[in-house]
Amino acid sequence: MASVTATSHSPISADHLCVGYGKRPVIEGVTLDMQPGELLVLIGTNGSGKSTLLKTLAGLIKPVHGDLHLLGEHAGQLPKRVAYLPQHPVSSHTLPLCVRDMVAMGRYAHLGLMKQTSAHDREIVEESMTRVGIEAEADQPIRDLSGGQQQRTHLAQVLARQAEVLLLDEPTAGLDINGRKLVADLVSAERARGVTVVMATHELNDAEHATSVMLLAQRVVSVGPPEVALRDEFLRECFGFTQPH
Amino acid sequence: MIHSQCENHSQNRKLAIVNFLFGVFVDDQQLRLELIAGLLVAVTCAITGTFVVLRGLSFIGDALAHGVLPGIAAAMLLGVSGMFGAVVSAVIMMSGVGIVNRRLRLSGDTAIGLLFVGMLSLGVLITSRSVSLVGDLEEILFGDIAHVEWSTISVQLIALICIAFIFTVCRRPFLLLSVDEGLVNTSGFSAKLFHNVMMAMVATTVIVSFQTVGTLLVMGMLIAPAATGALFARRISSMIMIAALSGSISVYIGLLASYHYDLAAGASIVLTAVILFALSAIFAETRKSISRRHDDDHDHEHPHAHGHVHI
Repeated sequence: MASVTATSHSPISADHLCVGYGKRPVIEGVTLDMQPGELLVLIGTNGSGKSTLLKTLAGLIKPVHGDLHLLGEHAGQLPKRVAYLPQHPVSSHTLPLCVRDMVAMGRYAHLGLMKQTSAHDREIVEESMTRVGIEAEADQPIRDLSGGQQQRTHLAQVLARQAEVLLLDEPTAGLDINGRKLVADLVSAERARGVTVVMATHELNDAEHATSVMLLAQRVVSVGPPEVALRDEFLRECFGFTQPH
Repeated sequence: MIHSQCENHSQNRKLAIVNFLFGVFVDDQQLRLELIAGLLVAVTCAITGTFVVLRGLSFIGDALAHGVLPGIAAAMLLGVSGMFGAVVSAVIMMSGVGIVNRRLRLSGDTAIGLLFVGMLSLGVLITSRSVSLVGDLEEILFGDIAHVEWSTISVQLIALICIAFIFTVCRRPFLLLSVDEGLVNTSGFSAKLFHNVMMAMVATTVIVSFQTVGTLLVMGMLIAPAATGALFARRISSMIMIAALSGSISVYIGLLASYHYDLAAGASIVLTAVILFALSAIFAETRKSISRRHDDDHDHEHPHAHGHVHI
Protein backbone atom coordinates (compact mmCIF):
# COMPACT_ATOMS: atom_id res chain seq x y z
CA MET A 1 0.00 0.00 0.00
CA ALA A 2 1.30 3.46 -0.94
CA SER A 3 2.60 5.80 1.75
CA VAL A 4 0.90 9.08 2.45
CA THR A 5 2.50 11.97 0.56
CA ALA A 6 4.30 14.33 2.92
CA THR A 7 2.76 17.78 3.23
CA SER A 8 4.10 20.95 4.80
CA HIS A 9 1.02 21.23 7.01
CA SER A 10 0.61 19.52 10.35
CA PRO A 11 -2.05 16.76 10.09
CA ILE A 12 -3.82 18.15 13.15
CA SER A 13 -3.06 21.41 14.91
CA ALA A 14 -5.19 22.98 17.61
CA ASP A 15 -4.47 26.01 19.71
CA HIS A 16 -6.48 26.68 22.87
CA LEU A 17 -9.39 24.86 21.30
CA CYS A 18 -12.66 24.84 23.19
CA VAL A 19 -15.19 22.23 22.07
CA GLY A 20 -18.84 21.94 23.04
CA TYR A 21 -22.37 22.36 21.83
CA GLY A 22 -23.47 25.82 20.77
CA LYS A 23 -21.85 28.18 23.23
CA ARG A 24 -21.72 25.59 26.01
CA PRO A 25 -18.13 24.37 26.41
CA VAL A 26 -17.45 20.71 27.18
CA ILE A 27 -13.65 20.71 27.02
CA GLU A 28 -11.42 23.77 27.05
CA GLY A 29 -7.77 24.41 26.36
CA VAL A 30 -6.97 21.62 23.90
CA THR A 31 -3.64 22.24 22.21
CA LEU A 32 -2.33 19.76 19.65
CA ASP A 33 0.44 19.63 17.08
CA MET A 34 0.37 16.15 15.60
CA GLN A 35 2.87 14.87 13.07
CA PRO A 36 2.30 12.26 10.31
CA GLY A 37 2.19 8.71 11.67
CA GLU A 38 1.36 9.72 15.23
CA LEU A 39 -1.39 8.16 17.32
CA LEU A 40 -3.33 10.20 19.88
CA VAL A 41 -5.58 8.15 22.18
CA LEU A 42 -8.43 9.94 23.95
CA ILE A 43 -9.43 8.17 27.15
CA GLY A 44 -12.27 8.99 29.50
CA THR A 45 -15.53 7.78 30.93
CA ASN A 46 -18.93 8.22 29.22
CA GLY A 47 -19.70 11.91 28.84
CA SER A 48 -16.08 12.92 29.33
CA GLY A 49 -16.04 14.72 25.99
CA LYS A 50 -14.10 12.21 23.84
CA SER A 51 -16.76 12.02 21.14
CA THR A 52 -17.36 15.77 21.25
CA LEU A 53 -13.68 16.40 20.58
CA LEU A 54 -13.59 13.80 17.78
CA LYS A 55 -16.74 15.24 16.17
CA THR A 56 -15.13 18.68 16.30
CA LEU A 57 -12.00 17.32 14.62
CA ALA A 58 -14.26 15.71 11.99
CA GLY A 59 -15.98 19.04 11.36
CA LEU A 60 -19.37 17.85 12.61
CA ILE A 61 -19.43 20.37 15.47
CA LYS A 62 -18.07 23.89 15.27
CA PRO A 63 -15.46 24.78 17.90
CA VAL A 64 -16.80 27.07 20.63
CA HIS A 65 -13.58 29.04 20.18
CA GLY A 66 -9.93 28.48 19.44
CA ASP A 67 -7.98 27.49 16.40
CA LEU A 68 -8.25 24.11 14.66
CA HIS A 69 -6.70 22.96 11.39
CA LEU A 70 -6.45 19.56 9.75
CA LEU A 71 -3.85 19.33 6.95
CA GLY A 72 -3.83 23.10 6.82
CA GLU A 73 -7.60 23.51 6.33
CA HIS A 74 -10.50 24.07 8.70
CA ALA A 75 -12.08 20.89 10.07
CA GLY A 76 -14.55 19.23 7.69
CA GLN A 77 -13.05 20.79 4.56
CA LEU A 78 -11.08 17.77 3.32
CA PRO A 79 -13.42 14.74 3.23
CA LYS A 80 -11.15 12.83 0.84
CA ARG A 81 -8.17 13.13 3.20
CA VAL A 82 -9.85 12.77 6.59
CA ALA A 83 -11.95 9.71 7.52
CA TYR A 84 -14.22 9.41 10.55
CA LEU A 85 -15.65 6.30 12.20
CA PRO A 86 -18.72 7.29 14.25
CA GLN A 87 -19.53 5.65 17.55
CA HIS A 88 -22.13 2.89 17.05
CA PRO A 89 -22.99 3.62 13.41
CA VAL A 90 -26.50 2.42 12.64
CA SER A 91 -25.67 -0.69 10.70
CA SER A 92 -29.37 -1.09 11.14
CA HIS A 93 -31.36 -4.28 11.17
CA THR A 94 -33.23 -3.09 8.11
CA LEU A 95 -30.38 -1.96 5.88
CA PRO A 96 -30.56 -4.14 2.78
CA LEU A 97 -26.91 -3.68 1.93
CA CYS A 98 -24.27 -6.33 1.44
CA VAL A 99 -20.89 -5.88 3.09
CA ARG A 100 -19.16 -4.94 -0.19
CA ASP A 101 -21.63 -2.09 -0.87
CA MET A 102 -21.28 -0.86 2.70
CA VAL A 103 -17.48 -0.77 2.40
CA ALA A 104 -17.78 0.92 -1.01
CA MET A 105 -19.50 3.83 0.75
CA GLY A 106 -16.02 4.70 2.00
CA ARG A 107 -15.20 5.75 -1.57
CA TYR A 108 -18.12 8.20 -1.85
CA ALA A 109 -15.97 11.15 -0.72
CA HIS A 110 -13.78 10.55 -3.78
CA LEU A 111 -16.67 9.80 -6.14
CA GLY A 112 -19.04 12.65 -5.25
CA LEU A 113 -22.58 12.46 -6.55
CA MET A 114 -22.17 11.11 -10.05
CA LYS A 115 -18.66 9.77 -10.74
CA GLN A 116 -18.69 6.12 -11.75
CA THR A 117 -16.93 3.57 -9.52
CA SER A 118 -13.65 2.63 -11.25
CA ALA A 119 -11.67 -0.62 -11.22
CA HIS A 120 -9.24 1.15 -8.87
CA ASP A 121 -12.09 1.92 -6.42
CA ARG A 122 -13.26 -1.69 -6.55
CA GLU A 123 -9.71 -2.88 -5.92
CA ILE A 124 -9.47 -0.65 -2.83
CA VAL A 125 -12.80 -1.96 -1.53
CA GLU A 126 -11.69 -5.60 -1.94
CA GLU A 127 -8.36 -4.86 -0.29
CA SER A 128 -10.06 -3.08 2.66
CA MET A 129 -12.35 -6.08 3.23
CA THR A 130 -9.36 -8.43 3.15
CA ARG A 131 -7.47 -6.27 5.66
CA VAL A 132 -10.25 -6.59 8.24
CA GLY A 133 -10.94 -10.24 7.37
CA ILE A 134 -14.49 -9.96 6.07
CA GLU A 135 -13.83 -10.83 2.42
CA ALA A 136 -15.67 -14.14 2.87
CA GLU A 137 -18.79 -12.21 3.93
CA ALA A 138 -18.56 -9.69 1.07
CA ASP A 139 -21.93 -10.66 -0.40
CA GLN A 140 -23.72 -11.18 2.94
CA PRO A 141 -26.33 -8.62 3.97
CA ILE A 142 -24.87 -6.51 6.77
CA ARG A 143 -27.97 -7.10 8.93
CA ASP A 144 -27.17 -10.84 9.03
CA LEU A 145 -23.72 -10.27 10.54
CA SER A 146 -22.71 -10.31 14.20
CA GLY A 147 -21.98 -7.02 15.96
CA GLY A 148 -18.25 -7.68 15.68
CA GLN A 149 -18.45 -8.37 11.95
CA GLN A 150 -20.52 -5.20 11.47
CA GLN A 151 -17.83 -3.23 13.28
CA ARG A 152 -15.20 -4.78 10.99
CA THR A 153 -17.30 -3.66 8.02
CA HIS A 154 -17.35 -0.09 9.32
CA LEU A 155 -13.60 -0.23 9.84
CA ALA A 156 -13.14 -1.45 6.25
CA GLN A 157 -15.32 1.45 5.10
CA VAL A 158 -12.99 3.90 6.88
CA LEU A 159 -9.90 2.21 5.40
CA ALA A 160 -11.42 2.40 1.92
CA ARG A 161 -11.30 6.19 2.17
CA GLN A 162 -7.46 5.91 2.03
CA ALA A 163 -7.27 9.06 4.12
CA GLU A 164 -4.29 10.77 5.69
CA VAL A 165 -6.04 11.34 9.02
CA LEU A 166 -8.24 8.74 10.74
CA LEU A 167 -10.65 9.78 13.51
CA LEU A 168 -11.94 6.63 15.20
CA ASP A 169 -14.64 6.83 17.86
CA GLU A 170 -14.43 3.69 19.96
CA PRO A 171 -13.34 1.36 17.14
CA THR A 172 -12.90 -1.54 19.57
CA ALA A 173 -16.43 -1.28 21.02
CA GLY A 174 -18.14 -4.66 20.95
CA LEU A 175 -15.02 -6.47 19.78
CA ASP A 176 -13.44 -9.45 21.48
CA ILE A 177 -9.71 -9.92 22.03
CA ASN A 178 -9.09 -10.89 18.38
CA GLY A 179 -11.01 -7.87 17.20
CA ARG A 180 -9.03 -5.55 19.45
CA LYS A 181 -5.78 -7.01 18.18
CA LEU A 182 -7.01 -6.49 14.63
CA VAL A 183 -7.74 -2.81 15.31
CA ALA A 184 -4.31 -2.38 16.95
CA ASP A 185 -2.61 -4.01 13.93
CA LEU A 186 -4.59 -1.90 11.46
CA VAL A 187 -3.73 1.30 13.32
CA SER A 188 -0.04 0.30 13.37
CA ALA A 189 -0.09 -0.46 9.64
CA GLU A 190 -1.78 2.86 8.86
CA ARG A 191 0.71 4.76 11.02
CA ALA A 192 3.59 2.99 9.27
CA ARG A 193 2.48 4.54 5.98
CA GLY A 194 2.26 8.00 7.51
CA VAL A 195 -1.42 8.16 8.49
CA THR A 196 -2.19 10.18 11.62
CA VAL A 197 -4.72 8.55 13.94
CA VAL A 198 -6.89 9.92 16.75
CA MET A 199 -8.80 7.24 18.61
CA ALA A 200 -11.34 7.56 21.42
CA THR A 201 -11.61 4.59 23.76
CA HIS A 202 -12.56 3.39 27.25
CA GLU A 203 -9.74 0.86 27.24
CA LEU A 204 -6.44 1.83 28.86
CA ASN A 205 -4.78 -1.03 26.94
CA ASP A 206 -5.53 0.72 23.64
CA ALA A 207 -3.05 3.43 24.69
CA GLU A 208 -0.13 1.03 24.80
CA HIS A 209 1.40 2.05 21.46
CA ALA A 210 0.16 5.64 21.38
CA THR A 211 2.45 8.55 20.68
CA SER A 212 0.41 10.53 23.16
CA VAL A 213 -2.63 10.08 25.38
CA MET A 214 -5.20 12.64 26.48
CA LEU A 215 -7.17 11.81 29.63
CA LEU A 216 -10.52 13.56 29.61
CA ALA A 217 -13.16 14.20 32.28
CA GLN A 218 -15.09 17.12 30.80
CA ARG A 219 -11.68 18.83 30.81
CA VAL A 220 -8.16 17.82 29.91
CA VAL A 221 -6.88 15.92 32.97
CA SER A 222 -3.52 15.06 31.42
CA VAL A 223 -1.84 14.90 28.06
CA GLY A 224 1.48 13.50 26.94
CA PRO A 225 3.23 10.19 26.32
CA PRO A 226 1.39 7.21 27.88
CA GLU A 227 3.85 6.86 30.75
CA VAL A 228 3.20 10.48 31.74
CA ALA A 229 -0.50 10.94 30.95
CA LEU A 230 -1.52 7.66 32.58
CA ARG A 231 0.17 8.27 35.93
CA ASP A 232 -1.79 7.01 38.94
CA GLU A 233 -2.75 10.48 40.16
CA PHE A 234 -4.29 11.32 36.77
CA LEU A 235 -6.12 8.00 36.52
CA ARG A 236 -7.49 8.46 40.03
CA GLU A 237 -8.67 11.93 39.10
CA CYS A 238 -10.27 10.67 35.89
CA PHE A 239 -11.72 7.29 36.92
CA GLY A 240 -11.46 7.21 40.70
CA PHE A 241 -9.07 4.23 40.58
CA THR A 242 -5.58 3.39 39.39
CA GLN A 243 -4.23 0.71 37.07
CA PRO A 244 -3.17 -2.58 38.72
CA HIS A 245 0.63 -2.89 38.46
CA MET B 1 -70.63 -35.68 -27.04
CA ILE B 2 -70.18 -35.67 -23.22
CA HIS B 3 -66.45 -35.22 -23.72
CA SER B 4 -67.06 -32.19 -25.95
CA GLN B 5 -69.48 -30.68 -23.38
CA CYS B 6 -66.87 -31.05 -20.65
CA GLU B 7 -64.27 -29.39 -22.86
CA ASN B 8 -66.63 -26.48 -23.55
CA HIS B 9 -67.40 -26.15 -19.86
CA SER B 10 -63.70 -26.07 -18.99
CA GLN B 11 -63.02 -23.51 -21.74
CA ASN B 12 -65.88 -21.33 -20.49
CA ARG B 13 -64.45 -21.45 -16.96
CA LYS B 14 -61.03 -20.46 -18.24
CA LEU B 15 -62.59 -17.60 -20.20
CA ALA B 16 -64.51 -16.47 -17.12
CA ILE B 17 -61.32 -16.47 -15.05
CA VAL B 18 -59.40 -14.55 -17.74
CA ASN B 19 -62.29 -12.11 -17.99
CA PHE B 20 -62.43 -11.78 -14.18
CA LEU B 21 -58.72 -11.05 -13.98
CA PHE B 22 -58.05 -9.04 -17.13
CA GLY B 23 -61.25 -8.42 -19.08
CA VAL B 24 -62.48 -5.65 -16.84
CA PHE B 25 -59.41 -3.58 -17.60
CA VAL B 26 -59.94 -4.05 -21.35
CA ASP B 27 -63.65 -3.21 -21.25
CA ASP B 28 -63.67 -0.38 -18.74
CA GLN B 29 -61.72 2.69 -19.83
CA GLN B 30 -62.00 4.40 -16.40
CA LEU B 31 -60.64 1.29 -14.67
CA ARG B 32 -57.66 1.38 -17.06
CA LEU B 33 -57.02 4.98 -16.03
CA GLU B 34 -57.28 3.95 -12.39
CA LEU B 35 -54.80 1.13 -13.00
CA ILE B 36 -52.29 3.48 -14.65
CA ALA B 37 -52.66 6.00 -11.81
CA GLY B 38 -52.28 3.24 -9.23
CA LEU B 39 -49.17 1.81 -10.89
CA LEU B 40 -47.58 5.26 -11.02
CA VAL B 41 -48.32 5.68 -7.31
CA ALA B 42 -46.85 2.22 -6.61
CA VAL B 43 -43.55 3.00 -8.37
CA THR B 44 -43.29 6.52 -6.89
CA CYS B 45 -44.01 5.20 -3.39
CA ALA B 46 -41.48 2.37 -3.90
CA ILE B 47 -38.61 4.83 -4.44
CA THR B 48 -39.59 7.24 -1.67
CA GLY B 49 -40.86 4.54 0.71
CA THR B 50 -37.52 2.73 0.56
CA PHE B 51 -35.85 5.67 2.30
CA VAL B 52 -38.83 6.27 4.61
CA VAL B 53 -38.38 2.69 5.86
CA LEU B 54 -34.57 2.77 5.98
CA ARG B 55 -34.40 6.07 7.86
CA GLY B 56 -37.41 5.45 10.09
CA LEU B 57 -39.29 8.47 8.77
CA SER B 58 -42.73 6.86 9.07
CA PHE B 59 -43.98 9.30 11.69
CA ILE B 60 -43.02 12.44 9.80
CA GLY B 61 -44.33 10.88 6.59
CA ASP B 62 -47.63 10.09 8.27
CA ALA B 63 -47.81 13.57 9.77
CA LEU B 64 -47.13 15.07 6.37
CA ALA B 65 -49.82 12.93 4.78
CA HIS B 66 -52.38 14.22 7.28
CA GLY B 67 -50.94 17.72 7.40
CA VAL B 68 -51.85 18.39 3.77
CA LEU B 69 -55.58 18.07 4.61
CA PRO B 70 -56.30 21.77 5.40
CA GLY B 71 -54.56 22.88 2.21
CA ILE B 72 -56.58 20.49 0.07
CA ALA B 73 -59.83 21.47 1.81
CA ALA B 74 -59.12 25.21 1.51
CA ALA B 75 -58.15 24.80 -2.16
CA MET B 76 -61.42 22.99 -2.85
CA LEU B 77 -63.39 25.77 -1.12
CA LEU B 78 -61.59 28.36 -3.21
CA GLY B 79 -62.10 26.32 -6.35
CA VAL B 80 -58.40 25.77 -7.08
CA SER B 81 -56.46 22.54 -7.52
CA GLY B 82 -56.29 20.30 -4.44
CA MET B 83 -52.66 19.52 -5.31
CA PHE B 84 -51.80 23.23 -5.09
CA GLY B 85 -53.37 23.38 -1.63
CA ALA B 86 -51.47 20.25 -0.61
CA VAL B 87 -48.16 21.84 -1.68
CA VAL B 88 -48.88 24.97 0.42
CA SER B 89 -49.86 22.82 3.41
CA ALA B 90 -46.76 20.63 3.08
CA VAL B 91 -44.46 23.68 2.99
CA ILE B 92 -46.17 25.16 6.10
CA MET B 93 -45.99 21.81 7.87
CA MET B 94 -42.29 21.23 7.16
CA SER B 95 -41.32 24.80 8.05
CA GLY B 96 -43.37 24.52 11.25
CA VAL B 97 -41.64 21.30 12.26
CA GLY B 98 -38.25 22.92 11.62
CA ILE B 99 -39.11 26.03 13.66
CA VAL B 100 -40.57 24.13 16.65
CA ASN B 101 -37.63 21.73 16.60
CA ARG B 102 -34.84 24.33 16.37
CA ARG B 103 -36.20 27.43 18.08
CA LEU B 104 -38.17 25.85 20.93
CA ARG B 105 -35.61 23.05 21.40
CA LEU B 106 -38.32 20.41 21.58
CA SER B 107 -37.66 16.90 20.27
CA GLY B 108 -38.37 16.16 16.62
CA ASP B 109 -41.21 13.81 17.61
CA THR B 110 -42.95 16.48 19.66
CA ALA B 111 -42.60 19.04 16.87
CA ILE B 112 -44.01 16.62 14.30
CA GLY B 113 -46.83 15.51 16.62
CA LEU B 114 -47.89 19.09 17.37
CA LEU B 115 -47.98 20.13 13.73
CA PHE B 116 -49.64 16.84 12.77
CA VAL B 117 -52.66 17.20 15.07
CA GLY B 118 -52.84 20.96 14.54
CA MET B 119 -53.00 20.68 10.76
CA LEU B 120 -55.37 17.70 10.86
CA SER B 121 -57.76 19.54 13.19
CA LEU B 122 -57.63 22.61 10.98
CA GLY B 123 -58.46 20.46 7.97
CA VAL B 124 -61.44 18.85 9.71
CA LEU B 125 -62.65 22.31 10.87
CA ILE B 126 -62.49 23.72 7.33
CA THR B 127 -64.39 20.78 5.89
CA SER B 128 -66.99 20.78 8.70
CA ARG B 129 -67.74 24.48 8.13
CA SER B 130 -68.67 23.86 4.52
CA VAL B 131 -71.66 21.65 3.70
CA SER B 132 -70.27 21.12 0.18
CA LEU B 133 -67.02 19.68 1.56
CA VAL B 134 -68.39 17.23 4.11
CA GLY B 135 -68.61 14.47 1.49
CA ASP B 136 -65.21 15.43 0.11
CA LEU B 137 -63.49 14.78 3.46
CA GLU B 138 -63.91 11.05 2.96
CA GLU B 139 -62.51 11.30 -0.57
CA ILE B 140 -59.50 13.28 0.66
CA LEU B 141 -58.82 10.81 3.47
CA PHE B 142 -59.50 7.57 1.62
CA GLY B 143 -58.91 8.52 -2.01
CA ASP B 144 -61.09 9.08 -5.00
CA ILE B 145 -59.54 6.94 -7.67
CA ALA B 146 -62.85 6.72 -9.57
CA HIS B 147 -62.44 10.36 -10.62
CA VAL B 148 -58.85 10.06 -11.82
CA GLU B 149 -58.31 11.85 -15.12
CA TRP B 150 -55.51 12.04 -17.67
CA SER B 151 -54.45 15.38 -16.15
CA THR B 152 -53.89 13.67 -12.76
CA ILE B 153 -51.92 10.91 -14.45
CA SER B 154 -49.68 13.37 -16.29
CA VAL B 155 -48.88 15.15 -13.00
CA GLN B 156 -48.13 11.77 -11.39
CA LEU B 157 -45.87 10.82 -14.31
CA ILE B 158 -43.92 14.10 -14.08
CA ALA B 159 -43.58 13.61 -10.30
CA LEU B 160 -42.31 10.03 -10.84
CA ILE B 161 -39.71 11.23 -13.37
CA CYS B 162 -38.56 13.95 -10.92
CA ILE B 163 -38.35 11.51 -8.01
CA ALA B 164 -36.46 8.93 -10.09
CA PHE B 165 -34.06 11.70 -11.16
CA ILE B 166 -33.55 12.88 -7.57
CA PHE B 167 -32.90 9.29 -6.47
CA THR B 168 -30.34 8.77 -9.25
CA VAL B 169 -28.46 11.95 -8.37
CA CYS B 170 -28.74 11.72 -4.57
CA ARG B 171 -28.49 7.97 -4.00
CA ARG B 172 -25.04 8.19 -2.37
CA PRO B 173 -25.84 10.84 0.27
CA PHE B 174 -29.25 9.17 0.80
CA LEU B 175 -27.51 5.86 1.53
CA LEU B 176 -25.06 7.54 3.90
CA LEU B 177 -28.01 9.23 5.66
CA SER B 178 -29.51 5.79 6.23
CA VAL B 179 -26.34 4.67 8.02
CA ASP B 180 -25.24 7.74 9.99
CA GLU B 181 -25.82 11.46 9.53
CA GLY B 182 -22.24 12.17 10.55
CA LEU B 183 -21.00 10.04 7.67
CA VAL B 184 -22.84 12.26 5.19
CA ASN B 185 -20.99 15.40 6.29
CA THR B 186 -17.62 13.70 6.65
CA SER B 187 -18.00 12.29 3.12
CA GLY B 188 -18.28 15.77 1.63
CA PHE B 189 -22.08 16.07 1.41
CA SER B 190 -24.45 18.23 3.45
CA ALA B 191 -26.66 16.09 5.71
CA LYS B 192 -29.08 19.00 6.17
CA LEU B 193 -29.43 19.63 2.44
CA PHE B 194 -29.99 16.00 1.52
CA HIS B 195 -32.35 15.43 4.45
CA ASN B 196 -34.43 18.33 3.14
CA VAL B 197 -34.30 16.92 -0.40
CA MET B 198 -35.52 13.59 0.98
CA MET B 199 -38.36 15.30 2.85
CA ALA B 200 -39.34 17.14 -0.34
CA MET B 201 -39.48 13.74 -2.03
CA VAL B 202 -41.81 12.41 0.69
CA ALA B 203 -44.01 15.52 0.43
CA THR B 204 -44.18 15.26 -3.39
CA THR B 205 -45.11 11.59 -3.19
CA VAL B 206 -47.88 12.27 -0.67
CA ILE B 207 -49.23 15.16 -2.74
CA VAL B 208 -49.38 13.28 -6.06
CA SER B 209 -50.72 10.08 -4.47
CA PHE B 210 -53.53 11.40 -2.29
CA GLN B 211 -56.20 11.33 -5.00
CA THR B 212 -55.52 7.67 -5.71
CA VAL B 213 -55.25 6.22 -2.20
CA GLY B 214 -56.15 9.17 0.05
CA THR B 215 -54.08 11.06 2.59
CA LEU B 216 -54.88 8.56 5.34
CA LEU B 217 -53.78 5.53 3.35
CA VAL B 218 -50.85 6.89 1.37
CA MET B 219 -48.53 5.91 4.21
CA GLY B 220 -49.57 2.30 3.65
CA MET B 221 -48.27 2.49 0.08
CA LEU B 222 -45.09 4.19 1.28
CA ILE B 223 -44.32 1.67 4.01
CA ALA B 224 -45.82 -1.76 3.22
CA PRO B 225 -44.22 -2.44 -0.21
CA ALA B 226 -40.86 -0.98 0.90
CA ALA B 227 -40.97 -3.11 4.07
CA THR B 228 -41.63 -6.15 1.85
CA GLY B 229 -38.60 -5.17 -0.23
CA ALA B 230 -36.46 -4.82 2.92
CA LEU B 231 -37.22 -8.46 3.81
CA PHE B 232 -35.50 -9.85 0.72
CA ALA B 233 -33.24 -7.23 -0.82
CA ARG B 234 -29.46 -7.07 -0.53
CA ARG B 235 -29.14 -3.79 -2.40
CA ILE B 236 -31.13 -0.57 -2.40
CA SER B 237 -31.95 -0.95 -6.10
CA SER B 238 -33.40 -4.43 -5.54
CA MET B 239 -35.36 -3.16 -2.51
CA ILE B 240 -36.95 -0.50 -4.73
CA MET B 241 -37.70 -3.06 -7.45
CA ILE B 242 -39.33 -5.51 -5.03
CA ALA B 243 -41.29 -2.61 -3.48
CA ALA B 244 -42.45 -1.47 -6.93
CA LEU B 245 -43.50 -5.02 -7.83
CA SER B 246 -45.29 -5.57 -4.53
CA GLY B 247 -47.00 -2.17 -4.79
CA SER B 248 -48.06 -2.82 -8.39
CA ILE B 249 -49.51 -6.24 -7.51
CA SER B 250 -51.40 -4.57 -4.63
CA VAL B 251 -52.82 -1.96 -6.98
CA TYR B 252 -53.94 -4.63 -9.45
CA ILE B 253 -55.51 -6.93 -6.86
CA GLY B 254 -57.00 -4.00 -4.94
CA LEU B 255 -58.67 -2.55 -8.04
CA LEU B 256 -60.01 -5.98 -9.08
CA ALA B 257 -61.45 -6.57 -5.60
CA SER B 258 -62.91 -3.10 -5.55
CA TYR B 259 -64.53 -3.58 -8.99
CA HIS B 260 -65.93 -7.07 -8.46
CA TYR B 261 -67.01 -6.74 -4.82
CA ASP B 262 -67.86 -3.03 -4.70
CA LEU B 263 -65.20 -2.20 -2.11
CA ALA B 264 -63.38 1.06 -1.46
CA ALA B 265 -60.48 1.06 -3.95
CA GLY B 266 -57.86 2.90 -1.84
CA ALA B 267 -58.46 0.71 1.20
CA SER B 268 -58.43 -2.48 -0.92
CA ILE B 269 -55.07 -1.53 -2.45
CA VAL B 270 -53.43 -0.67 0.88
CA LEU B 271 -54.86 -3.71 2.65
CA THR B 272 -53.52 -5.93 -0.15
CA ALA B 273 -50.08 -4.33 0.26
CA VAL B 274 -50.14 -5.04 4.01
CA ILE B 275 -51.30 -8.65 3.44
CA LEU B 276 -48.52 -9.13 0.86
CA PHE B 277 -46.05 -7.89 3.47
CA ALA B 278 -47.44 -10.31 6.08
CA LEU B 279 -47.21 -13.27 3.68
CA SER B 280 -43.69 -12.25 2.65
CA ALA B 281 -42.63 -11.94 6.29
CA ILE B 282 -43.96 -15.45 7.05
CA PHE B 283 -42.14 -16.79 3.97
CA ALA B 284 -38.89 -15.01 4.89
CA GLU B 285 -39.00 -16.23 8.50
CA THR B 286 -39.79 -19.80 7.45
CA ARG B 287 -36.95 -19.76 4.93
CA LYS B 288 -34.59 -18.39 7.57
CA SER B 289 -35.51 -21.03 10.15
CA ILE B 290 -35.16 -23.84 7.57
CA SER B 291 -31.74 -22.57 6.54
CA ARG B 292 -30.73 -22.22 10.23
CA ARG B 293 -31.84 -25.80 10.87
CA HIS B 294 -29.92 -26.92 7.78
CA ASP B 295 -26.81 -25.11 9.06
CA ASP B 296 -27.21 -26.72 12.50
CA ASP B 297 -27.49 -30.17 10.90
CA HIS B 298 -24.44 -29.41 8.79
CA ASP B 299 -22.48 -28.27 11.87
CA HIS B 300 -23.56 -31.42 13.69
CA GLU B 301 -22.30 -33.61 10.86
CA HIS B 302 -19.16 -31.52 10.22
CA PRO B 303 -18.33 -29.87 13.54
CA HIS B 304 -15.10 -28.27 12.19
CA ALA B 305 -16.53 -26.97 8.93
CA HIS B 306 -16.47 -23.30 10.02
CA GLY B 307 -12.93 -22.88 11.17
CA HIS B 308 -12.42 -19.14 11.17
CA VAL B 309 -13.17 -17.05 14.21
CA HIS B 310 -15.67 -14.20 13.92
CA ILE B 311 -15.45 -11.15 16.08
